[in-house]
Parts: sequence; C-alpha cells; structure tokens
Amino acid sequence: MTDNEQGRREAALLYARILAWGTRVGLAMLVLSFLAYAFGLVAPHVPIEEVPKLWSSPAPAYLQATGLQPGWDWARFVHRADMLSLAAIAFLASCSIACLAAAARIFFRIGERPVAVICLAEIAVLALAASGLLVAH
Amino acid sequence: MGAELVAQAPWWAWPLALFLVCFLLGIIAVPAGVGGGVLFVPIVAGFFPFHLDFVRGAGLLVALSGALAAAPRLLDGGMARLRLGLPLALVASASSIVGALVGLALPVHVVQVALGVTILGITLVMARARNSEFPRVDEPDALARALHIHGVFRDPGTGREIPWQVHRTPLGIVLFAGIGVLAGLFGLGAGWANLPVLNLVMGAPLKVAAGTSGFILSLVDSSAAWIYLNQGAVLPIIAAPSVIGMMLGARIGARLLGVVKAVTIRRLVVGLLLFAGLRALGKGLGIWT
Repeated sequence: MTDNEQGRREAALLYARILAWGTRVGLAMLVLSFLAYAFGLVAPHVPIEEVPKLWSSPAPAYLQATGLQPGWDWARFVHRADMLSLAAIAFLASCSIACLAAAARIFFRIGERPVAVICLAEIAVLALAASGLLVAH
Repeated sequence: MGAELVAQAPWWAWPLALFLVCFLLGIIAVPAGVGGGVLFVPIVAGFFPFHLDFVRGAGLLVALSGALAAAPRLLDGGMARLRLGLPLALVASASSIVGALVGLALPVHVVQVALGVTILGITLVMARARNSEFPRVDEPDALARALHIHGVFRDPGTGREIPWQVHRTPLGIVLFAGIGVLAGLFGLGAGWANLPVLNLVMGAPLKVAAGTSGFILSLVDSSAAWIYLNQGAVLPIIAAPSVIGMMLGARIGARLLGVVKAVTIRRLVVGLLLFAGLRALGKGLGIWT
C-alpha cells in the first residue's frame, strides 16, 4: 500500500469513528429528551397535549402560535424538554462537520488538495444551512 | 366521523401509531433496499393528520438517522468511498438547501401534487431498474482522474479483489444536483436515485454504489434538515417516534435480510409506493381527501 493509499484509508477510518460516536450520542440525546418530554419530566416550551392543535397547520403558523422566530430562536429555550429534542436533532445534523474537518486535515497532509478543499466546501455548505440566514418566503 | 375520531384521540395515540407504522416500515425498508424516507413521507402525509411541512421535516430526519447509523460501518468496510461520494454530496447538499427553501415556500397542494407525481416516478424506477454488479468502465473521465476516483473493491462474499473506476462524472454531478433538490423539496432522502446514478450512469460497482449512496445521504439530509429545523418544521412529537420506530424496525429488517425473499419485499414496497403516490396525488388535486 502506498503512503497516499494509507492516508486515504486513515481518512475513511477516522471519519467513520467520529461519525459513529456522534451518531450514538445524538440518538441517545434524542431518545432521552423525548422521554423527558413525553413523560413530563422536564418542563416543555409547548405542552405536549397542546401540540395536536398545531400539527395540522403549516410551520409558520406553529412558530407564531408558540412565540418562536425562524432560525436559532428555539435555542433560547434549550432547557425545556421539547427544545432539548431539537438540540439533539441539531447535533445529529452537525456531527458530519467534525468528520469532514478531520478528513480534510489528512487529505491536505497527503497532498490531495482537491478532495481536502471539497471537504472544506461541504463544511461551508452545512454551516450556511445551519446558520439560520436562509429563510423560506 | 373520521375527523371527530382524529379530534377526540388522546395526544399520545398518533405518536404511538406513528411509532408502530415506522417500526413496520423499518422492517421492510432494509430487505427492499430502500431508505426509510421514501416510504415515510408519502404514507405518513397520506394517512396521518400532520401538516406536510412537519412530515417532510420528520422524513428527512428518518432518512438522516438511518444514513448516519449505517455510514460508519460502510466507510469502515470500504463499501463507501470518500473520494467518490464527497464531490457528489457537495453538489447535492447545496441543492437540497434550495429544494428545502422552495418546498417550504410553495403552497401545500402544489407540493402534494408534485410529491404524488414524484412517488409514482420512483415506483416506476424501482419496478424497472436493473442494476449491474460490476458495470464496464473502459476509461475514467478527466474529472474522475483528477480527483483520483478509483479503487479496489474487496468482495466480502468471494474475497476477490476487483479494481474499479468511474466515468461520466460531470453528468453524475448534474444528476446529483437534481437529486438534492428532490431530497430537500420532499424530505424523501434520496437513496432510490443515488444508487442508479452511481451504478448505471457512473459505473461504480453495485456494492460500492450502495455504500457510497448511504454516505452521501448523511451529508445531503443534514443540510436539508437544518433548513426545516430553522423554519420550525420539525416537531419532536412527530420526529422522535418516527426515528426511533424506523431504527428499531431496521434492526429486525437487517436480520430478515437473509431469510425473506428480497423480490417479494420489493414488490410489496412498489405496491405501497404506488398506493401512497396515488393518495398524495389525489389529496393534492382535492379528489381523495
């Protein structure tokens, strides 16, 4: 195996290891926070028995009825059970970023700059999606 | 009477029903070779009282969780290839953001009709696609050569080592841009489209195509999921039971993989998609409400 092949394999394995941990943590957070929400163990932002009155309406109506703004406004209430579930989902949707950063470092090291740059560009796309700057009208 | 039942049901009845349906969908999704999202969105949108915004948000999370759970093993085992998947994922995840923004801005009946048409199209693709185990690729294209998109696939079944390369990478990138839009627009995940493009268009071996498709999904669905989350289109009461049910069902589905006939399950899935696609179309057109 050449140095480059070894480096590529190292990048794939490191990516896999970080993603496996991230996914485990994110899913555990989602299950625990949802149980806390469903069984009333932690106070919610929107009481669970009130949600059926809102789930037939579009997302903007839900935000308006619950006093939330589009974007990261939900994070202000992250100490509440339902918003904690959203934090778990946000974590799951973000855990690829750490994997991409680790892979990019290895690709730069072995001289595969185009793939490393693609990793960084993907991080930028995920960061843009997560930023809350893009709003549907 | 039906509407009264919906209104009078206790809050936990629908999440519980959702969990059970997703558990069953998870069982059949794995042997049928499809991700959960493509089954979840049309079925839940057609038969549950949730607004399509929340169904699509949950659909993306179902597809994302499945992809995230599978990707480490696929990368570890050499089935998913970073250099093949990353350029395609970059284009598809950027276009999935556009799809998600457009989908959340369009009137719901328009999205419902488009969803019905898309699901019927997917049904046709699934019924007719004949993937190729080791497609013949005489020469890689210039882009594939520049990005070193090639490798050696070690078949775990036979232990044989098979060198592979790809062609038509620019066409693949254009197709993945379209796939990303559909994934974001409908919250479907997109494994049903990734696989034929990687295998039949670009010429990746079937197992490498299937593994890399799962890896690509983990990135495409992440970016689209963020848009839905930030627009208020993710409700934990819908998303959490769906993800948990689908993942538990998929574990059983994986065990059934060697027991049940894949063709039978695939026919069942095609039948389900046909029914759900017609339901989405009828609902969007106001003729089956």
